[in-house]
Amino acid sequence: MTSTTPGAAAPAIEIHDLHKSFGAVNALDGLDLTVGVGEVAGFLGPNGAGKSTTIRVLLGLLRADAGDVRLLGGDPWADAVPLHRRLAYVPGDVSLWPNLTGGEVIDLLTRLRGPADPRRRAELLERFELDPTKKTRTYSKGNRQKVALVAAFASDVELLVLDEPTSGLDPLMEAVFTDYLREVKAQGRSVLLSSHILHEVEKVCDTVTIIRAGRAVESGTLEELRHLTRSNVDTVVTGDPAAISRLPGVHDLVTQPNGQGTRVRFDVDADHVGGVLAALGQLGVRSFTAAPPSLEELFMRHYGDAPDASADRAAAGAR
Amino acid sequence: MTAPVAASALPTSPHAAARAPRGSGVDLTGTAHLLRFVLRRDRVRLAVWVGSITLMYVYFVGALSALYTTPAERQSRAAIMGTPVSTMMAGPGYGLDDYTIGAMLSNEIIGWVAIALAILNVMQVVRNTRAEEESGRAELVRAGVVGRNAQAAAAFVAVVLVDALIGLLTTGVMIGGGLEAPDSLAVGLSTALVGVVFAAVGVVVAQVTEHARGATGLGLAVLGVVYMARAFGDMQATHGSWLSWTSPIGWAQQMRAFVDLRWWPLALHVVLVVVVLAVGVALASRRDLGAGLVAQRPGRAQAAPALRSPFALAWRQQRTALLWWTVGLGLMWTASGTYLEGVEEMFTEVAATSPEVLELFGGREQLVGGFLAVMVLFGMLLAAGYGIAAVLRARAEESAGRLEPMLALPVSRGRWLGAQLGVATLGTVVLAVTTALTLWLGAALVGITDPGLGTHVEAAVAYLPGLAVYLGLTAALYAWVPRAAAPLPWALLAFGFVAGVFGPLLDLPSAVTAVDPFAAVPRVPVEDLGAGSLPVLAVVAAGLWALAFVGFRRRDLPVG
Repeated sequence: MTSTTPGAAAPAIEIHDLHKSFGAVNALDGLDLTVGVGEVAGFLGPNGAGKSTTIRVLLGLLRADAGDVRLLGGDPWADAVPLHRRLAYVPGDVSLWPNLTGGEVIDLLTRLRGPADPRRRAELLERFELDPTKKTRTYSKGNRQKVALVAAFASDVELLVLDEPTSGLDPLMEAVFTDYLREVKAQGRSVLLSSHILHEVEKVCDTVTIIRAGRAVESGTLEELRHLTRSNVDTVVTGDPAAISRLPGVHDLVTQPNGQGTRVRFDVDADHVGGVLAALGQLGVRSFTAAPPSLEELFMRHYGDAPDASADRAAAGAR
Repeated sequence: MTAPVAASALPTSPHAAARAPRGSGVDLTGTAHLLRFVLRRDRVRLAVWVGSITLMYVYFVGALSALYTTPAERQSRAAIMGTPVSTMMAGPGYGLDDYTIGAMLSNEIIGWVAIALAILNVMQVVRNTRAEEESGRAELVRAGVVGRNAQAAAAFVAVVLVDALIGLLTTGVMIGGGLEAPDSLAVGLSTALVGVVFAAVGVVVAQVTEHARGATGLGLAVLGVVYMARAFGDMQATHGSWLSWTSPIGWAQQMRAFVDLRWWPLALHVVLVVVVLAVGVALASRRDLGAGLVAQRPGRAQAAPALRSPFALAWRQQRTALLWWTVGLGLMWTASGTYLEGVEEMFTEVAATSPEVLELFGGREQLVGGFLAVMVLFGMLLAAGYGIAAVLRARAEESAGRLEPMLALPVSRGRWLGAQLGVATLGTVVLAVTTALTLWLGAALVGITDPGLGTHVEAAVAYLPGLAVYLGLTAALYAWVPRAAAPLPWALLAFGFVAGVFGPLLDLPSAVTAVDPFAAVPRVPVEDLGAGSLPVLAVVAAGLWALAFVGFRRRDLPVG
């Protein structure tokens, strides 16, 4: 999975076999994660999977128990200060200093990182529709989130670390966020986007790592992950579809009489699509649609299964 | 599972709805549930308060009986208690001509117990009312079938139950120690009622400000005024002047327990509780949830150019509190300084009537100097309290999740902790210097110029290493054992107070008092600046500070 972008410099983030436990709780249990330079990487997992713990290790707030962690070519614990000059972080639940205004917090955060462009700050405030004169204690969750986003996007840094950054934002503001993320991507900067809002990851991410119980269960580009999974087929045939159900790689087949013949819906494993198409060709296809699996389905499949099963699948998929 | 709960307290039926008050009246629906919740939530902290106050009585009754066995010993204590310093610290001085153990307890102890109970009550009520609103948790509760006044009522009733328990237990301890039962009950009841008065004060201050911290500060300021009125009233005249009678603490002492018991001052407490509670309810019906009576204005859209460092941020967060502490303590110590005049008068009086008593106290220098030394000790205990609270802001920043975004910036852990400690130290030194300057100013205003400004400043400066120990200890605990960072320094400060104030009375062994960081501080001007072990304190302080930085660089910061 490493060096997915051939010829590039050291990855922005490179984590190998990371372990971190709190007392008896194993928060991270051999996590691997790589984010190449210029890559937007999705980091998916349910609550408690270890996403925030991973990010805190990357920020040098937690010390790794074991494993290799490189951030922008440096050690996140020992080189925290120089590394933080080159990154911006947006937490999932933003707490702000209650007696400061939003504008003051943005200025404080950007100034501590380095010089910021006042025009960009003004533009961001306008696009995110944030009133900077209000004391932060009066802000809603979404508005607190906007403060952190404005401060992050206003800085010219190599890497953005975003921990569920859109929680609390309305759909319009989510769209603004996605726009800025695309801009960052176009500028060749790297992003680690932790989320469980899947369509957001699907829209902007180049690669996805899915973690569960402290380890990566699946990782790769969206295309690579789709290879491992099933497509949804919805077709109407004039012949007898019974033959289809006996083909290898076909699952959950449902038939239904239709004015033109029989409507057949089923899932098919990616490496058996060819055989299925050949069989369908014999049956007189009247209409045909095949949809790639949504990330939701990938996700449900992992967290609907027992952990062992999904780990096995991940191991099988990697081969 | 929820059915029995709903049936007992929630007005779900039309019948119950008809019973529930409408409009802007008092609505207490759900109080019983919230009361149980408060008692359960605070069970450990309340048990510690009840236990330590009861144990304190056990110790006092036992130690006083053991230490003062003969009338001669008791009368020598009575002679000390006639001095202005003692009057200010103790009480109106009933029973000094036959100073029994009971009279001793009544004169010297119950004022302080009343103060401890007042602090408990204010903090407890604010914690369960305004602090809950500020955190947003109250919103969740009020969205349930809970009356507008239920949370305040539950907080109030819970702490009143605790007051009653403390009153009963301490009464039992006194009776068990062989003291007269009615007088013991009077002491127990009256101190508990001072607590209840301050529970009511807590209800009022929780309405006024938007922040728990501000509300607690306001409540403690009221306590300060009440204490000063009692102290100065008692200094003005034997057995107290009219000023003593403006103070609920004074009322408790004016019951003359163990001397010539009278019950009616209790009625004053009851009337005051009713009046203050009525004010609280009236204020509560005038405001929205989460809002204070003092409204917020819009602020600046851009940060001031100076707001660009962790130090500037910490200063910005703490400067308002420091300003109020400085103004409040400055006024209090100026007023206290003016009482050097009373000390001077008493000195003249004693010198004329009984020179031998004056000799006992070591002459004018010891009398006036002793007063100053005690005032400075109090001032420094307060400054230490400020310092502990200021260092604990670091822990609050961390647990509120505001440290994480700071350290995700190019800000090292050492720089951030240094900023927190720097602002805390700055504030503590400002308060220490303010204490010295305003005590001197007060004395100078009434024409007392000896001891001079230099002596005042010297007396305060002698405490700086001790203050640094308090700050360093809190910081080191925060860095290594964050959970202990709040309880241990506060407990040490409480012990330092007991050792400083009651140490001479109780004749505490020096191995015990050595734990008090201020024990090694020379009491200027009664003692020489070189008399204490200031270099030792300085080394201990430096070690604690170094530990704090080493520990904070090493540990995980898991709270988010």
